[in-house]
Amino acid sequence: MIRRTCLSVAGLILAGSAKADWALNMPRGVTELSVETYDLHMQVFYWCVAIAIVVFGAMIWSLVRHRKSLGVEPAKFSHSMAAEVIWTTIPIIILLLMAIPAAETLVKLEDGRKPDLTVVVTGYQWRWHYAYQGEDVSFYSSLARTSADARRKNSGIDPFTVENYLLEVDRPLVVPRGAKVRILLTSNDVLHAWWVPDLAIKKDAVPGFINETFFRAEESGVYRGQCAELCGMDHGYMPIVVEVLEQDEYQAWLDNQKNGDAKLAAAK
Amino acid sequence: MSSAVTDAHEHDHDHHGPAKGLKRWLYATNHKDIGTMYLVFSGIMFFIGGFMALIIRSELFTPGLQFVAPNFFNQMTTMHALIMVFGAVMPAFVGLANWMIPMMIGAPDMALPRMNNWSFWILPVAFSMLLATLVMPGGAPAGGWTMYPPLVLQTGDAFPFLIFSVHLMGLSSIMGAINVIVTIINMRTPDMTLLKMPMFVWTWLITAYLLIAVMPVLAGAVTMLLTDQFFGTSFFLAAGGGDPVMFQHIFWFFGHPEVYIMILPAFGVVSEIIPTFARKPLFGHDSMVYAASSIAFLSFIVWAHHMFTTGMPLTGQLFFMFATMLIAVPTGVKVFNWTATMWKGAMTFETPMLFSLAFLFLFTIGGFSGLMLAVVSSDIQYHDSYFVVAHFHYVLVPGSIFGIMAAVYYWLPKWTGHMYNEKLGQVHFWLSTIFVNVTFFPMHFLGLAGMPRRIPDYSTQFADFNSIASIGAIGFGLSQLLFVYVVIQCVRKQGAKASSEVWEHPKGLEWTVPSPAPYHTFNDPPKVAAEVAFS
Repeated sequence: MIRRTCLSVAGLILAGSAKADWALNMPRGVTELSVETYDLHMQVFYWCVAIAIVVFGAMIWSLVRHRKSLGVEPAKFSHSMAAEVIWTTIPIIILLLMAIPAAETLVKLEDGRKPDLTVVVTGYQWRWHYAYQGEDVSFYSSLARTSADARRKNSGIDPFTVENYLLEVDRPLVVPRGAKVRILLTSNDVLHAWWVPDLAIKKDAVPGFINETFFRAEESGVYRGQCAELCGMDHGYMPIVVEVLEQDEYQAWLDNQKNGDAKLAAAK
Repeated sequence: MSSAVTDAHEHDHDHHGPAKGLKRWLYATNHKDIGTMYLVFSGIMFFIGGFMALIIRSELFTPGLQFVAPNFFNQMTTMHALIMVFGAVMPAFVGLANWMIPMMIGAPDMALPRMNNWSFWILPVAFSMLLATLVMPGGAPAGGWTMYPPLVLQTGDAFPFLIFSVHLMGLSSIMGAINVIVTIINMRTPDMTLLKMPMFVWTWLITAYLLIAVMPVLAGAVTMLLTDQFFGTSFFLAAGGGDPVMFQHIFWFFGHPEVYIMILPAFGVVSEIIPTFARKPLFGHDSMVYAASSIAFLSFIVWAHHMFTTGMPLTGQLFFMFATMLIAVPTGVKVFNWTATMWKGAMTFETPMLFSLAFLFLFTIGGFSGLMLAVVSSDIQYHDSYFVVAHFHYVLVPGSIFGIMAAVYYWLPKWTGHMYNEKLGQVHFWLSTIFVNVTFFPMHFLGLAGMPRRIPDYSTQFADFNSIASIGAIGFGLSQLLFVYVVIQCVRKQGAKASSEVWEHPKGLEWTVPSPAPYHTFNDPPKVAAEVAFS
């Protein structure tokens, strides 16, 4: 609660910016695990802040009070077993307090059992390919025309005028809300990584191997991400867009995909 | 103390001084000359690597491509890292080791002077070759300094030159490390027992063992890349039964100890400087030794925390997460001990102390982000984003590089016999410290907001923080010209004459010889008198 208040206050202060959103923090995301990851991130962050206040406080106190210009005589002490034991033990306890929730979340993160839907994602230099397992639906997903035009060197197009510059694709991955979507990742050429911050998943696409990850989006909407593993010249130009639809809308979309005429319409 | 000075004087005149002209440097076997060459070389590389960083930051100043093509951008990120890691930071520490270790342990020179010469002169060859790849067909390596296959195998004509220059850098480092170990183990003045050694010597001893342990591993990894490319092997190619991820395991088995290779000597430097300017002995000298040794040991069992997204068994992820978190304990001990050293001291704030204090604060911030990165599920969000870029630049720039700068200011009067310009030194400090934060702090926000690293162009939501970072980078780069000016001024003897102690009663044998240090010091082993002894 306090956390949320602090963030919204910070957000209000920074809301004045005209061209960008000055995002300071990780998105909470729209899956149970993304929220859990966010909370874990904030928890470790607050531990760090607390430790920083103590340690930097001691340093600053010392810098202010223990200076030669104040005429102090330097003390002579050079070791203390008690102090060493204390500042070895306390960090270990703090680490244990961090490690337990961290391990719990990690275990959940690895539990990819019983998916509702499986999509095989293949990385290419430089686009993604999505294949819906068990359905006759598969397509490439490339950088949208608008961004592709504007990204050329000296294109004369102001990126600020392009909607979702570099984060828009011609055909997004469409999934139903509330379904556990399993992503099977591989690559056709070099390493890529499939990262959508709002879904809190990032996994490498390794040629010749299949990696598995999953997400269950709780809110419908459009979520954007990018390739996160350097994959050559156009590494910065293979975004990921995931569109989460309500179950019935998704079903309608899927039916359309299987229908040839609709395919043409969608491609337009 | 006085006996050491007279010893050095007595024996000075029955030795030759330095040879004249180019031969002095080409055939150098004197540890001070070789140290100087290492430091100058490192300075040149720092500016070349820095220039590349400014190309990167200029392109990223605003969205859209303005100056460079994406492929050239990738060449810049790759070359910037290789040059800064292997050309600037590592040689600077070897230079400091050459200059200071013999003088700190009361030895006349490094144990293996000719190998010392060779290990230095390999470097200009290695880096000329690496830099030459910029004009080769296909351009310089662009697959990242981590050289992950299969992408690195798409490098053009530069590929074998990249591999060979990495081999040479490794060779140089291994020889330098052997020299350091042999010197420290065999050439200490007799009454300097291991636990009486200064911290800089200790951290370098540990670093040298790390180097010997991991540089051959890197050499092996890149050799496998070479044979994959040219001799039909498939170590890392799935089509032939290999595994691209195996390269990452081997690389980071080198790579993680490597990050401690780049920071442990800086730990040593600040452990020398803080006691001098706090006028108080280093707190917990022995526990600092044990902490540095524990960090070195742990550095071997955490490598896979660089690869949490590659797909690893749950148990593997848990192990590497816990092991990584554990490193916070000995690192914390070091930070607490430095704080306790300052506590109730009588501090003054000359430039070396200022840089050491900035090190203390800013390295700790890098440590905090490191702790955050250890947590796997959060790391999955941070990985390969600007958060990581912010993290490792915080430990490398205000960490390693501030450590090097602190060392240069601290020992420069000993090397040249003259004081540097204190006022300009402090201006250099403040400019560097302000700009380093302006450059790298916003990168935390960029990464958390979702900006991947190694991209030449970005979505408009990242525009503001990128502009700020670019302004900071240009400011930081320009500030370093002041550093060069201050050093040149001091080398040209334009400051006040320095006494043999330089500072107010610093500890250590190096302060018992005159300033500038004679060409040959400690031909006879000195006594470690109580007033210069540690612990």
